[in-house]
Amino acid sequence: MTRALFPGLVLLTAALVLVSLLTGPAGFGPGESLSALLTGQGEAVTLVMREIRLPRALLAVLVGASLGLSGAALQGYLRNPLAEPGLIGVSGSAALGAVIALQTGAAAAFGLALPLMALAGAVVAVLLILLLAGPRGGSLTLILAGIAISALAGALTSLALNLSPNPFATAEIVFWMMGSLADRSLTHVWLAAPFMALGWALLLPLGRGLDALTLGEDAAAALGVRLARLRLRLVLGVAACVGAATAVAGAIGFVGLVVPHLLRPLVGARPSVLLPASALGGAAMVLLADIAVRLVLPERDLKLGVLMAIVGAPLFLHLIFKTRRAAA
Amino acid sequence: MTLLSLDRLTVRRGACPVVDAATLSVAAGELVGLIGPNGAGKTTLMRGALGLLPHEGRSSLTDLAPQARARHAAWLPQSREIAWPVSVETLVMLGRTPHLAAGQRPTDADRAAVARAIATMDLAGFETRPATELSGGEQARVLIARALAQDTALILADEPIAGLDPGHQIATMAAFAALARAGKALVVSLHDLGLAARHCTRLVLMHKGRIHADGPPEAVLTQDNLRAVFHISAHLTRGPEGVIFQPLEVLP
Repeated sequence: MTRALFPGLVLLTAALVLVSLLTGPAGFGPGESLSALLTGQGEAVTLVMREIRLPRALLAVLVGASLGLSGAALQGYLRNPLAEPGLIGVSGSAALGAVIALQTGAAAAFGLALPLMALAGAVVAVLLILLLAGPRGGSLTLILAGIAISALAGALTSLALNLSPNPFATAEIVFWMMGSLADRSLTHVWLAAPFMALGWALLLPLGRGLDALTLGEDAAAALGVRLARLRLRLVLGVAACVGAATAVAGAIGFVGLVVPHLLRPLVGARPSVLLPASALGGAAMVLLADIAVRLVLPERDLKLGVLMAIVGAPLFLHLIFKTRRAAA
Repeated sequence: MTLLSLDRLTVRRGACPVVDAATLSVAAGELVGLIGPNGAGKTTLMRGALGLLPHEGRSSLTDLAPQARARHAAWLPQSREIAWPVSVETLVMLGRTPHLAAGQRPTDADRAAVARAIATMDLAGFETRPATELSGGEQARVLIARALAQDTALILADEPIAGLDPGHQIATMAAFAALARAGKALVVSLHDLGLAARHCTRLVLMHKGRIHADGPPEAVLTQDNLRAVFHISAHLTRGPEGVIFQPLEVLP
């Protein structure tokens, strides 16, 4: 099963990239669009393909892979299928950082201020979660810690909105809270990609340690896993991934919950295999959702984060129900 | 050959020592039963020895780097945690973690060690079953198999046979004794003094964080020690079938 899974996920992601490139209101033919993308023939269609659709598809892949990977890594570390960066306040805190950068004008003055602030927000949130949830990370404390951090980040974001100096800033802040990939440029790709690559480089090698953690912290430590180092890499990796994703796409929740949940049975529940699988699966899921928002309500600019929440929240309820049944 | 030596190992919780200046040396070929009432410090002694708790004094294990230590000593914690529904074979293979370089796939030698451990713990036929779907006793045996697959000279196990049925309790202790005869050393905490007396080559009796007695089973399970530490009386005989120990009643 696992052997066919990775080629399957790669093919699915590649096919969805293609569909994403060919989906949009401009109404060019597929052959025309792709040849324009590759050769630059036809000024209008080249502009649309290279400046609008290519960044959008690339960002969907980057953001989806980062969020899927972060979810799988957090779940593996906390040994809890309910852990998800959006749900436990990491995305909210990253969005708060971005909002503060926008609100104070730092984002306008200094190009990297927004992603760096988003990153800082994510780091603080992950540290607080690990502190509050404790080393064993029981479901209840984890969710409670997540609620507390989400609430605080939400309140501070509302405060920024409340004190916003002008309607343009307000509109921009509202946008961070919804999450979208519309109207992005290649600049956004170059802004996010280095941070995400750093996050992937930190998270992907954690597989063996996360596998050992299946037996609990004590047994993992006795198996030679350096837990303090693993925790530090996890915090920095998740923060880099979620911070960068939020900086360019706003808060998009539930990717890190839905994707590992769907893929876990297909990888024999092994955290080490789930990491790369969830990265690919996350890319496919965000591509799919981003295609869906363009097809479902093409005129109304349905936000990606809103769609993901509508799909993801019922699954979260289902997971809570399942966890309760397993505990009983 | 000495495989574990502790020199005045002390572990404190707050100011109060939970393990108080424990000095102990375990050699190859020994199956050491660590006995004592609840809260005597058995678990803390083993965790301190492994370097999982901050401690004073010296333990030969904490002198080693983490991976080298994991190749020398396996640890079977009391809490039987299996976080994900991985297959029994995958779980037992986790014991091979210290033997694999970063990114290295399991070799035939690793698979052979896993197969041996599965056979020793009477788990043949369970290989592909999700470990979380097994009964509590079966999960305990899977976790023991994981520690055995680690293939270390020293095994520390915290109440490994608690919750097993009588047949598997005896079989597990016999398997431990066979490992000791083959040149390994094991330190096993347990509450079943009958099994301890029968199978262990040596008993270490802990009382209030201190090592109260240390020696062959018959020398440790004396009426005086049992009264002072457990507040029980017991009957101990050596017959043609080996040592037979039966606790009788609680003393006033």
